[in-house]
Amino acid sequence: MTREPLAVETDVLVIGSGAAGMYAAIEAARDGAGVFLADRSLIGRGGATVMAQMTVAAALSEEVPDNPRHHYDDTIAAGRGLCDENLAQLLCEQAPECIRELDAWGVGWARKDNHITATLAPGHDRPRCVYVDFINTGPAVSKTLRAVMARNSDIRKAGDICIVDLVCDGGEIAGAVGWHLDSGAPVIIAAKATVLATGGLTRLYRRNSASANMGGDGYALALRAGAPLIDMEFVQFFPIGHLAPRLVGMDPIMWDPFRYKLGGRLLNGRMEEFTSRYGSNEDGKYVLTRDLATYAIFKEVEAGRGSPHGGAYLSFEHCSAAALRAAFGPVIDRLAANKIDLTRMPVEVAPIAHYHMGGVVADARMMTELPGLFAAGEVVGGANGANRLSGNAITEALVFGRRAGRSAAARARQIARRDLPAKSTRIALGLVGGDGAEGSSSSAARNTAAMVERLQAIMAGDVGPFRTGAKLKRALDGIDALAAELGERPPARRPEGDAFDLQRLEWFDLRNMLTVARTVAQSALSRNESRGAHQREDCPQALPRWRRHQRVRLAGDTPQITGAPNAAVASTALS
Amino acid sequence: MSDVATLKIKRGSDAGASRWDTFDVPFEPGQSVLDGLRWLRSHKDPSLAIRFSCINANACKECMIQLDGETVYACTARLEAREMTLTPLPNKKLVRDLVTEIAPPSERFK
Repeated sequence: MTREPLAVETDVLVIGSGAAGMYAAIEAARDGAGVFLADRSLIGRGGATVMAQMTVAAALSEEVPDNPRHHYDDTIAAGRGLCDENLAQLLCEQAPECIRELDAWGVGWARKDNHITATLAPGHDRPRCVYVDFINTGPAVSKTLRAVMARNSDIRKAGDICIVDLVCDGGEIAGAVGWHLDSGAPVIIAAKATVLATGGLTRLYRRNSASANMGGDGYALALRAGAPLIDMEFVQFFPIGHLAPRLVGMDPIMWDPFRYKLGGRLLNGRMEEFTSRYGSNEDGKYVLTRDLATYAIFKEVEAGRGSPHGGAYLSFEHCSAAALRAAFGPVIDRLAANKIDLTRMPVEVAPIAHYHMGGVVADARMMTELPGLFAAGEVVGGANGANRLSGNAITEALVFGRRAGRSAAARARQIARRDLPAKSTRIALGLVGGDGAEGSSSSAARNTAAMVERLQAIMAGDVGPFRTGAKLKRALDGIDALAAELGERPPARRPEGDAFDLQRLEWFDLRNMLTVARTVAQSALSRNESRGAHQREDCPQALPRWRRHQRVRLAGDTPQITGAPNAAVASTALS
Repeated sequence: MSDVATLKIKRGSDAGASRWDTFDVPFEPGQSVLDGLRWLRSHKDPSLAIRFSCINANACKECMIQLDGETVYACTARLEAREMTLTPLPNKKLVRDLVTEIAPPSERFK
């Protein structure tokens, strides 16, 4: 049975409603464009922004004298030689303006003595990171942007929309096709400009610090449409994600703000300080960069000196109850509800997938290679090189979002009318059931929720921060097997109706996740050196000839990687 | 050693008749009701509809359901070794199973 697709026409389509997508929508509307903002979760509630705990980097010169130039230098140094300098420059130069606009919109940056206060985060040369107390930065940013959008009738918003594919028209992007989770109905969206703001890929890993919907959708959409990705091997692990005891109601990266404010001691299973063995003596202060801390914890665990659940201890036992209360107020009560008293016990922490440095290739106007397609936020690759500096994620969401919105509105003004081309729309609609074809009844029997967990186990085990050629090849075999199991067609419609069919959603999620997982594993296999977040135990040195980006394009279902320094070596490694 | 919670869940969509399904879910003390529901989907019945996003952080506020007649977030309510009755929010339009229409009207597709 053919279901008549629900049709939308807009100047600018924004996919994803984290900070990048919402800022893009606001900016595009401010420049006169009509906007349709679609999210596969609820507006402003899924994604990574709402999970952000604390720091947002910007050279405001309020806490101490500063200059975007210094922020830029720290960003470049953290990126281990791989930052896209144009993107890093944009990020640092425009950060103060965006932070001040959020301030004017009432986000509530923490203040001290009548100025916006800033904290010192690892990798920064001075206090540069603003925040909203108490560990409420992400929710406050989301809420503020949602409130600004609510005052603007040029922005239409729609949650529960799963975008399945972009639609190409003669090499340009003319909109997208998807379906509405609540009703199961196919949706077609004709747009003069499309902004990808779908965030990263942390859902590929079993332990991760972002929402359930961060499965790399934007990377897969861009690849299938013909746009290249870069730096896909660089997945940032946050070193001190909460591990034990079980803690509900808190984000697993919550210990970062505690370390900013209170220092804290990182200890191995024998309660010894250990980071000095790996080249950095913490001395009670929080200065260790993320890649080094992740390495140090993994190595301690490997040497049999881990904590009981396979991580490290983090102790604030030297802090008084009064100091803890002053720094974190109500959060201390939430910990107490979880039976955690920091004055008496350490917690266990371990590295957790947190952010993706790689992504869609975009220039400093946020334009991709495909006319009509823009990108913003974490989905953009390159700004942070091989390792992201603390505090740059929300900043890039704001700066890149605003820039993408402006570029998309400018493009929309140049185009009189955008119709979706019949043929490519029909092909794209094929998967969502708008062409009359039924889904696969055999795939309805598959446990897609379990398949997601199997992929997460593969990625955590073999494509984590420490890699070898053998593990990466094993991962690629596992990914291929899952792809074969997934099949070519989504599950058939459910007899009782297709309202909020999570199995169908997971089928489309897995289609994207498997494609993206393959690009990460293949890029990691090709890069036979170690740099930043990509550590190859079988190639432990950073090699000067590898100070370059790898690009990925899709040929059929297969990622093709270019940019390796010695093509002969790279193709051997891939065979 | 793990305990077992018995989750009694009201199933069905807005149009059709509802039914009750009951599942035993093993858990470690401290785990959330959402942990149990996610375990259920990957081990017993992936067709169960639930809405969640942040999983654990109580940030997205998407997993609101009723537990024994009280409105809770599934990600912060704890599993207990007893029968626990889970139902969709009674004052919102039912989408399916435990999923209700909770988005403000201006943020829904229409």
